[in-house]
Amino acid sequence: MISPRAAQLKVMACPACGLVVEDGQPEAARCPRCSARLTRRRPNSVARAWALLIAGMIFYIPANLLPVMHTSLLGRASDSTILQGVVEFWLAGSYGIALVIFVASVAVPCSKFLILGLLLVTTQRRSTWAMRERARLYRLVEVVGYWSMLDVLVVAIVAALVKFQSLSDIEPRTGILFFGLVVILTMLAAMQFDPRLIWDSEPT
Amino acid sequence: MSDGELRTFPHWVICEHCDSVYRRIALQAGQAARCPRCLAPLYRASRLDAQRWLALTIAAGIVFLIANLCPLVRISLQGLHNEATLWQSAAALAQGPVALIALPAALSIIVVPFLQIVLLGWVLAFACRRRRAPGFAPALRLLGLLRPWSMVEVCLLGILVAIIKLSGFLEVAPGPGIWAMAVLMVLITLIANRDVHWLWEMVDDVAAGAAA
Repeated sequence: MISPRAAQLKVMACPACGLVVEDGQPEAARCPRCSARLTRRRPNSVARAWALLIAGMIFYIPANLLPVMHTSLLGRASDSTILQGVVEFWLAGSYGIALVIFVASVAVPCSKFLILGLLLVTTQRRSTWAMRERARLYRLVEVVGYWSMLDVLVVAIVAALVKFQSLSDIEPRTGILFFGLVVILTMLAAMQFDPRLIWDSEPT
Repeated sequence: MSDGELRTFPHWVICEHCDSVYRRIALQAGQAARCPRCLAPLYRASRLDAQRWLALTIAAGIVFLIANLCPLVRISLQGLHNEATLWQSAAALAQGPVALIALPAALSIIVVPFLQIVLLGWVLAFACRRRRAPGFAPALRLLGLLRPWSMVEVCLLGILVAIIKLSGFLEVAPGPGIWAMAVLMVLITLIANRDVHWLWEMVDDVAAGAAA
């Protein structure tokens, strides 16, 4: 048996508290339980998600090209980017840590760009291809997305610790600002995308 | 009920991910209902009642204080020592042109977990006495909004990576704050990662019982 969808039964779920409410009023009604504004789908979902996603992709370029950290250690000063940090760990033999940072700061953001882009394109084309798998990809993006904040927090902790004035000092650099913005923008893009749109192209 | 009020169907549930409608069935503690269309979790029956949930929230509050007051990591270099707390870590980003990023960092590791603990504590303290807390609806809505921005577990991994990064050229020792962060990670996951919709149903039952 295929379960009916909300529109077929003329009901909708409150986006805030989940209560099932009749879908009668044409203009914006409010939820009788929590008084949140009732919407059938997240408003302007696809356009907003695209805008946030594209902004995130643009910021990802300076995030990788600009240094994220400035280290001055016993008179030797150097700037390092995210990828240089990964390579440093790898060459030092800390393969596990190199992998963790690579996953959090390269693999996760890049797969988020790809997955969200794929979801948006297929939704706009009202594709019925692999709907269950696409729904699963969306949930994956939601769960994994915030781990990218790792690099920002590592730089914060390291910069807070290493403060020995002339002897040794670590400071954050502009790259980390762009990287943090990429994480926030892609998280917002994922929140704007409405996974129910995937199923709206299902033939009834 | 007044005229024009919308009809509600409290015994139904709609999948948030695909808009399929189902009739609610009672679950055993620890069971979860899954949507057959898109395989997303629909709702789960909690193992915790309000009292236990509140107890865990208070515990999280205490651990949160320890995690904020105690240093996370201590380092030493040629006889010089230094240590950093959560606050100092967030503040370390607030310099020069990158200062803007200190704000989301402080939000995700300090402010959001703090708000989650306070809001849950407030709502649950009233729920234990079978009452709906003042500001219940906005508190629950805010909890839903905050959930994706709470990053205690990412912060803990960040501390570990920082320790390994620095241990190459410095002496690094974990401080008491790191243990508090580890416990906080478990407690926040237990109390705030669960379905907040469940609180609505619990309080609705209470309200229905009081009216009867």
